Amino acid sequence: MTYQVEVRNLSVSYDGENVLSTINFNVDGGKLIGIIGPNGAGKSTLMKAILELIHRDHGEVLVDGKPMKDVRKKVAYVPQRAAIDWDFPITVLKTVLLGTYPQVGIFRRPGKSEKRWALECLQKVGMDQFANRQIGELSGGQQQRVFLARALAQKANIFFLDEPFVGIDVTSEALIIGILKELRDGGDSVFVVHHDLSKVEDYFDELLLLNKELIAFGPVARVMQSEYLRTAYHSQYGVWDALGVVR
Amino acid sequence: MMDFISDIQNYVFLQKALFTSIMVGIICGVIGCFIILRGMALMGDAISHAVLPGIAVSYMLGINYLYGAVFTGLLTSVGIGFISQNSRVKNDSSIGIVFSSFFALGIILIAKAKSTIDLTSILFGNVLSVRSSDMWMTLIIGTIVLLVVILFYKELLVSTFDPTFAASYGLPNRLIHYVLMILLTLVTVASLQTVGVILVVAMLITPASTAYLLTNRLSVMIVLSAAFGAFSAIIGLYFSFEHNLSSGAVIVLVTTVLFLIAFVFAPKQGIYWRSVRIRKNRNGVITRKKESFE
Repeated sequence: MTYQVEVRNLSVSYDGENVLSTINFNVDGGKLIGIIGPNGAGKSTLMKAILELIHRDHGEVLVDGKPMKDVRKKVAYVPQRAAIDWDFPITVLKTVLLGTYPQVGIFRRPGKSEKRWALECLQKVGMDQFANRQIGELSGGQQQRVFLARALAQKANIFFLDEPFVGIDVTSEALIIGILKELRDGGDSVFVVHHDLSKVEDYFDELLLLNKELIAFGPVARVMQSEYLRTAYHSQYGVWDALGVVR
Repeated sequence: MMDFISDIQNYVFLQKALFTSIMVGIICGVIGCFIILRGMALMGDAISHAVLPGIAVSYMLGINYLYGAVFTGLLTSVGIGFISQNSRVKNDSSIGIVFSSFFALGIILIAKAKSTIDLTSILFGNVLSVRSSDMWMTLIIGTIVLLVVILFYKELLVSTFDPTFAASYGLPNRLIHYVLMILLTLVTVASLQTVGVILVVAMLITPASTAYLLTNRLSVMIVLSAAFGAFSAIIGLYFSFEHNLSSGAVIVLVTTVLFLIAFVFAPKQGIYWRSVRIRKNRNGVITRKKESFE
């Protein structure tokens, strides 16, 4: 059978040093998946390697049985907030409109229907009243919501979010996770790089525990076991244990 | 000023100079926006200097200097990328190494070329000696640059603002980078007569930075930047003609004056209004405190 996302023998290295080795997993649609692991575990790297944003040494990624380059329009990516130039001369609405570019294609400009759609996506994240603001004038949580709106504007089936909850307010976090759950309920796959283990039970269906290799993958309760976490986190394990996160 | 206008009507060389410098002001302004937003101001400086050996070799071979200039311009941008990606040398250092080498090579080759070309006029420009062929070349280059920017505006915008996102839906960032480098070289060549190799970078960066302080929209920024470039060219040409000053230097100083005005008085970014807002805010806090005491 074909899965919505199939990752086979994925390996990545920088300067001859392995960052990720032989990652294998399959994901069916309708799952909200947390990618967790200690700092430097290769969480963002895994996401970028799946999306072919960086060079991979081995392995392939299939989406609905097809290679990534044929299905790019089905995939939406939200980069880390730190990767964005917030002084760029662009408004909130224009930023969301970028999400329609893959569909609009080369040589064409987004028209009225695209603008209406972008505004609808902004409404969904509760940011429509900020449509004409410059993106740097927003708070961290608002910025993250705008970039989620851009991903929604892409009309994708598979979503990748890199650390969306870092440095944002509680309201925005709740709103974002609500939308991600809606997407999941609609049959989409949602991957989220995340580093705070305390909320994983509430947020995700499945976890991908990573430390340069795949330590465990499956339902949250099964992955959050002491032996897996000890393997992934080594010395940091005690902290999470003390916080009462481990089963 | 009236004399200047009647002189323009009377002298063809002045018409050519005016037309060429306005065109240069516009295209430098347009490309400059992308250069500063991509954080490539130094790269612009490097490529403009590195066209020198290309021009010299073109003269030796008896071909149009455009070809040589584009060749060494591209070689510079590839070389800079190669050094910074394959060693621990940082990007600004590798820019410094590559472009000064090319520039030095250019100085020697120009001397060896033993032709009519004069190093000073390439370095500093001499807009009043613009020939018809130069004017047409500037027009053609300007048309190409503007066409590419209009046709690929969307792609240039997204790959400049969020290259990772652009790559995630399949845009070729690297290709876009080199297309921009080619445009940058073309713009440099077109600017040789007007401002010269050394000051091109000012035409690229200053009007674009002025516009950057005044707007939150890229499309408006590009139009403003082009307008500032063209305006500086006209005013600069006027002063250089009336007072017999180096055209390139005067044009660049006009762009600087425009920048300083925006730097101080821009509605949102200018330091004057900023300090007014801060003072108002502080006074507001004090009045509110007073009221709460009363």
